Amino acid sequence: MSQKQIGDVILDVNNISLRFGGVNALTDISFNVKEHEIRAIIGPNGAGKSSMLNCINGVYTPQDGSITFRGKTFSHMNSRQVAEMGVARTFQNLALFKGMSVIDNIMTGRNLKIKSNMFLQALRIGPAEKEETRHREYVEHIIDFLEIQAFRKTPVGQLPYGLQKRVDLGRALAMEPQVLLLDEPMAGMNVEEKQDMCRFVLDVNDEFGSTIVLIEHDMGVVMDISDRVVVLDYGKKIGDGTPEEVRSNEDVISAYLGTSH
Amino acid sequence: MFYRENGQFKTTYRADQQIFPITQDRIAIALILAVAFLAVPMLASDYLFRAILIPFLIFSLAAIGVNILVGYCGQISLGSGAFMAVGAYGAYNFFVRIPGMPLIPSLILGGLCATFFGILFGLPSLRVKGLYLAVATLAAQFFADWMFLRIKWFTNDSPSGSVSVSNLQVFGLEVETPLSKYFLCLGILVVIGLLAKNLVRGAIGREWMAIRDMDVAAAVIGIRPMYAKLSAFAVSSFIIGVAGALWGFVYLGAWEPAAFSVDQSFRLLFMVIIGGMGSIMGSFFGAAFIVVLPIALNQALPLLGSLFGLEISTAGISHAELIIFGALIVWFLIVEPHGLAKLWSIGKQKLRLWPFPH
Amino acid sequence: MAFFLETLLGGLMAGMLYSLVALGFVLIFKASGVFNFAQGAMVLFAALAMARFAEWIPHWTGIDNPMLANVVAFVLAGVVMFLVAWLIERLVLRHLVNQEGTTLLMATLGITYFLEGLGQTIFGSDIYKIDIGMPKEPIFMLESLFPGGVLVNKEDVIAAAIAATLVTLLSVFFQKTSTGRALRAVADDHQAAQSIGIPLNRIWVIVWCVAGVVALVAGMIWGSKLGVQFSLATVALRALPVVILGGLTSVPGAIIGGLIIGVGEKLSEVYLGPFVGGGIEIWFAYVLALVFLLFRPQGLFGEKIIDRV
Repeated sequence: MSQKQIGDVILDVNNISLRFGGVNALTDISFNVKEHEIRAIIGPNGAGKSSMLNCINGVYTPQDGSITFRGKTFSHMNSRQVAEMGVARTFQNLALFKGMSVIDNIMTGRNLKIKSNMFLQALRIGPAEKEETRHREYVEHIIDFLEIQAFRKTPVGQLPYGLQKRVDLGRALAMEPQVLLLDEPMAGMNVEEKQDMCRFVLDVNDEFGSTIVLIEHDMGVVMDISDRVVVLDYGKKIGDGTPEEVRSNEDVISAYLGTSH
Repeated sequence: MFYRENGQFKTTYRADQQIFPITQDRIAIALILAVAFLAVPMLASDYLFRAILIPFLIFSLAAIGVNILVGYCGQISLGSGAFMAVGAYGAYNFFVRIPGMPLIPSLILGGLCATFFGILFGLPSLRVKGLYLAVATLAAQFFADWMFLRIKWFTNDSPSGSVSVSNLQVFGLEVETPLSKYFLCLGILVVIGLLAKNLVRGAIGREWMAIRDMDVAAAVIGIRPMYAKLSAFAVSSFIIGVAGALWGFVYLGAWEPAAFSVDQSFRLLFMVIIGGMGSIMGSFFGAAFIVVLPIALNQALPLLGSLFGLEISTAGISHAELIIFGALIVWFLIVEPHGLAKLWSIGKQKLRLWPFPH
Repeated sequence: MAFFLETLLGGLMAGMLYSLVALGFVLIFKASGVFNFAQGAMVLFAALAMARFAEWIPHWTGIDNPMLANVVAFVLAGVVMFLVAWLIERLVLRHLVNQEGTTLLMATLGITYFLEGLGQTIFGSDIYKIDIGMPKEPIFMLESLFPGGVLVNKEDVIAAAIAATLVTLLSVFFQKTSTGRALRAVADDHQAAQSIGIPLNRIWVIVWCVAGVVALVAGMIWGSKLGVQFSLATVALRALPVVILGGLTSVPGAIIGGLIIGVGEKLSEVYLGPFVGGGIEIWFAYVLALVFLLFRPQGLFGEKIIDRV
């Protein structure tokens, strides 16, 4: 395990509350994420973990609270702004573009970086062609990293689930994110696939230098790779600290094992 | 045996990204272009030009436009006839009102009129999709129907809304004979087809497909749905507008608003469904199919009927056309939603293995 | 003032006819989430069947009484529509169960063309009459209030009454019977309904049969008023804005939407038309629907459309 420099707070969630009609998805959640760390969000099903990521991403707009990213505070996030600020994410249910190949899916992640306008693209000469090739090189770098070279031209819908998850990760990586939000990246995987994915996550944190916010159910993985953990239950925060601290927290234990309320 | 990629290694990304990466495909397309530009003009009869080739070229162009909107960007449109109409009447007005206006710029300006119309009636796509968007595009269709029938200015104050053009020239060459019309359409189709292919394999094409497949995820990557959808409407209606102008100027010569009615819209949509959604090649297949089918039925059905001792009237043939269209649409949607283009690529896959079974 | 009332009433009656067709849309959408573009073709098919059966029955069975012939024709046409419904479910819907809405919409477009062609092949493509004894003479009402009275078509009034009865029956069916409940469950969530044992396929056949009967009633009324001809099929296109206005999932919405569109079309044609060249009927309904789509896509009474992430 190489020495990692964990920096200052890069993302700050302040008193976020999210309601859908009568349902309180999130109630007064506050935590922070430090640069270069791996922060896990855990909790039983329905605790509001994905909703939390959705708020950071701009998919949902919280009724109360704000999010501070690199010193700038927003009461609600706009998806494109968030992407431009360097936050990328994967999805629990794989929001891949089923009609496109692996390469094209990951290339869409480069979209924000592509500068040539439509007319140049139509003519496909000079700057447009060079730009396309340059981005293709970067995407190939990611494909090598994720070891999916053999599948690059395959339509994503035809790949097995584990490989689709890697493409999802690849697409997020293509955005060169500073903060990477991973929503259950290991769901539905067997032991070997999980080990591979763990390796990728750690490598991304190490080589690409991205800060990682990770939702995960597998406690072994969480305890192993995360630097700090936030625990949610029924939309409220019930634990925050290092894996060891959280593991011995009474509230967390009862939330997972269940107590009579 | 013939269709192997063995030994064809790409050493640059640029080579890998070409439109036809396989050598055999490049040879095939060169052959097709040679046939189109050299053989056909020498061998085809006037009837063939008028009845099949010219409509095929123009509808292929229109189908490419519709495919970009419906197949690549996933925005359903039942208003393509209106875009054709705007292109045709737009080009007409520029051609007729500005003395000395050459033909090709008129066509392009007509296309631009269609672009504005398309962007305007594409705005609802930012709020709704599916059936609701279909209704919005129908609004465009019926509004255009009315506009060209009732607003006299558009038709140079012609009483019935019908207009005609004559004396078409390109760079001094007359466009009167079927052969010259064929070349005009072929040239425009090749140019716009190439531009369209470049668009769909580039970044904007990926944006369109991302919006089609999952627009929420697309937003998270940083794709602006508004820009992607409206650009699809813009490009699509430009192409359809030029095709409409060609249809009026070159094929019909004289037309009235009914030439671009909602039936035309449905016909274009069917071309795209049968040919293959999200495929430039599919647009050609679909157009060919829809152009050739009525003619084929016209010849084949009476023959079939006489085998059984039945007399089939022209009305009967047009009803049979409806039945066969309807059945084919349903069949394709169930069996091969990606249309003839997918069947074609499956065929090519098998061809790669030929003569080996696997 | 009398003229205004006449236009208004004329609009209401026309609207009633639209509502009948819109009802078919709503029924199928409520129960299966499929928008049936082919409803217009079904109206044509049903009307053709009934018109021709009414002609042929005296030859087949020697029944002389025209009223009786009409009733038999109605029943026969109903049976034909059941058959059509069953075939559509069997051959088309069953294979497209989990596809997205646009695919199903396009499939119903295909069915439209198919039915149009088939109907005219089997039953012929001339203009036929449906004579169910509707009174054709107009009456003049409210002669005491307005000199000369207000012109009202008796035929339209009876048509409105039939439509109202149909709607009441359908509402009762949906709200009170167990089949109606099952239909509402299916409309909400196919898989959930299946998992509690609701036979999806049978439900869909039932719904399309009901829609077929609605198409038959609409076809009968339209056909009696205008004659049965191919243009009847385009009636679906006229009725489409109605469901946008009223809401795709609302039976009362279909009625009210139809009335609004009917009245709106007539009034706008008479009072706005002369300023813009006339003939605005062809787009008025659609542009009104467009406005709704931009501000209230679910229509007046429909359920809000929620997009899940």
